[in-house]
Amino acid sequence: MSVIEMSGLRKEFTVRVKAGRLRREKRTVTAVDGIDLRVERGEMLGYIGPNGAGKSTTLKMLTGVLMPSPGEARVCGLRPVAERTRLAMRIGVVFGQRSQLWWDLPLRDSFELLRHVYRVPAGEHGARLARCRGLLDLDEFLDTPVRQLSLGQRMRGELTAALLHGPEVLFLDEPTIGLDVVSKQAVRGFLAELGRAGDTTLVLTTHDLADIERLCHRLVVIDHGRVVHDGSIAALHSRYGSRRMVVAELDAALPRPPELPGAPLQRVEADGHRLVFALESATVAEVVAGLAGLATLRDIAIVEPDIEEVVARLYRMTAEAGGATVTGAP
Amino acid sequence: MAEPGTLTGPTRVVPPSGGGPEPAGRTPGVLGAYRALLGAQARSQAAYRASFLVDLFGNVGATVFDVVTVLVLFGVTRELGGFTLHETLVIVGLSSFAFAAADLLVGNIERLPRYVRTGLFDAVLVRPLAALPQLLLMDLPLRKVSRVVFGLGVLVASVGSAGIHWTAGRVALVVVAPLAGLVFFGSVFVTTATVSFYWIDSGELANSVTYGGRDFTSYPVTVYGGWFRALFAYGLGFAFVSYHPALALLGRADPLGLPGWVGWVAPGVALVAAAIAALAWRVGIRHYRSTGS
Repeated sequence: MSVIEMSGLRKEFTVRVKAGRLRREKRTVTAVDGIDLRVERGEMLGYIGPNGAGKSTTLKMLTGVLMPSPGEARVCGLRPVAERTRLAMRIGVVFGQRSQLWWDLPLRDSFELLRHVYRVPAGEHGARLARCRGLLDLDEFLDTPVRQLSLGQRMRGELTAALLHGPEVLFLDEPTIGLDVVSKQAVRGFLAELGRAGDTTLVLTTHDLADIERLCHRLVVIDHGRVVHDGSIAALHSRYGSRRMVVAELDAALPRPPELPGAPLQRVEADGHRLVFALESATVAEVVAGLAGLATLRDIAIVEPDIEEVVARLYRMTAEAGGATVTGAP
Repeated sequence: MAEPGTLTGPTRVVPPSGGGPEPAGRTPGVLGAYRALLGAQARSQAAYRASFLVDLFGNVGATVFDVVTVLVLFGVTRELGGFTLHETLVIVGLSSFAFAAADLLVGNIERLPRYVRTGLFDAVLVRPLAALPQLLLMDLPLRKVSRVVFGLGVLVASVGSAGIHWTAGRVALVVVAPLAGLVFFGSVFVTTATVSFYWIDSGELANSVTYGGRDFTSYPVTVYGGWFRALFAYGLGFAFVSYHPALALLGRADPLGLPGWVGWVAPGVALVAAAIAALAWRVGIRHYRSTGS
């Protein structure tokens, strides 16, 4: 059985829009528009999409905060809203912008409180906390009130708080938002470690694609509430034609742009001293050999495809395909 | 970084680390969870000790004012709606204790729109406990304890000096009626707060019912007239909080003609109110889940 199952999952919000001085019009906004997805135990799933694509709404439906309308979701075999408290025992949730910690109390106290909230035996709780303290370097601020923690420290605390009851699924909504580079790396390293153990399923939404590259083998891209890609990052690159580039620096500009089979010229820069080729069917060696016959090469660089660019292109494509989701109610 | 797997897995057996205040392996229960939330709230407020003490005393003010108003009124009149000072103070005592206790325990639910906005509401929903008790305990305004103590003082002093002819039934009623009043006001707080699930700016409407109700219950209902009395006393049920129980305690007939047993069953109205509040909360929270934030 899959740990997470979504079938035909939808979410419609009714909003009232001003239509004239006093009149207000009811409009239905579809935030999630029919998502079918299965996530298996131990998977690390990156769930991305532009602002307003429906990422957080999906997570809220999976954690029992919001009710689907209509459609069905099962997490650990449970219906999230109807069996909310039972499900809560088996999942962990980190909302990057909201806190599970007690603002005015030392971090240590929040952990102890959550032990009572989740009814975790002291021994189990202590062992998990010890592990997190080691992996996330919590010791230096364990006795500091949460309100005095830096964002990075607080996020390390939030991660610990979400794991102390040993959840089977961990939902992370923007866990690296606003963090500095060092904190981001700490969080990513920790999640990678968690994923390596293999018994926790991880669902991560983010705007930082480096999170995904570092952590997730599977990437689901949603836009306008629909899944527009589901697969590995490599599959995303090959599907949307992102290619490796060869950047060649020449001693002197060529009189006319060279044509190399299987490697179309993309850009000419620096007054013709720099040429950028896309690798389609040609290999790097073939491009280099072809160029060497035409000019003196000063330098060669190979640029890996940029996931940001692919995803940006993907968003633009779905926008052009006309994902109109705002419909006036009758 | 050895054996990272010990971090998770509900079935995994892990060695106790020690250091905790409780013996390893002991699992806290649901009540323990709520008690822990209450303890956390107390410690959080203790972090601001000076302001807590100021609030503690400052908060008595409003409740004292209710009593002073009645005393001032009796400075110019010997009867109020057909009731003497001592009789009226029984009504004031029942009302101010019930309201102060409900305000302490449940009153902060009027901050529901803020909980939704700050995300506390979502945070509470992903925990394995009921949402309403969590919200109430996590934001319990302990500084309002002083009002409850004062309200209780007024109640005890007023029933002690009103010359009540004590029977077993009246002893029971003097204990049950204030608690029923607490439940009634608590239900009013919850019911009016759920309106904000639909209409975020409903605070003023909610206040007019809760604080209006408190003022209404501080006097004999006979001082009010017409549709206003009909609405607040019997439409919304505020007459059953202090007026009718006071009549039964004092052994007085109702000048408005309701039979004497009404005062004895008045506490039952609180159960009806509680049922309505529970229903309103359930429906409201479902509405939240269907609209989101």
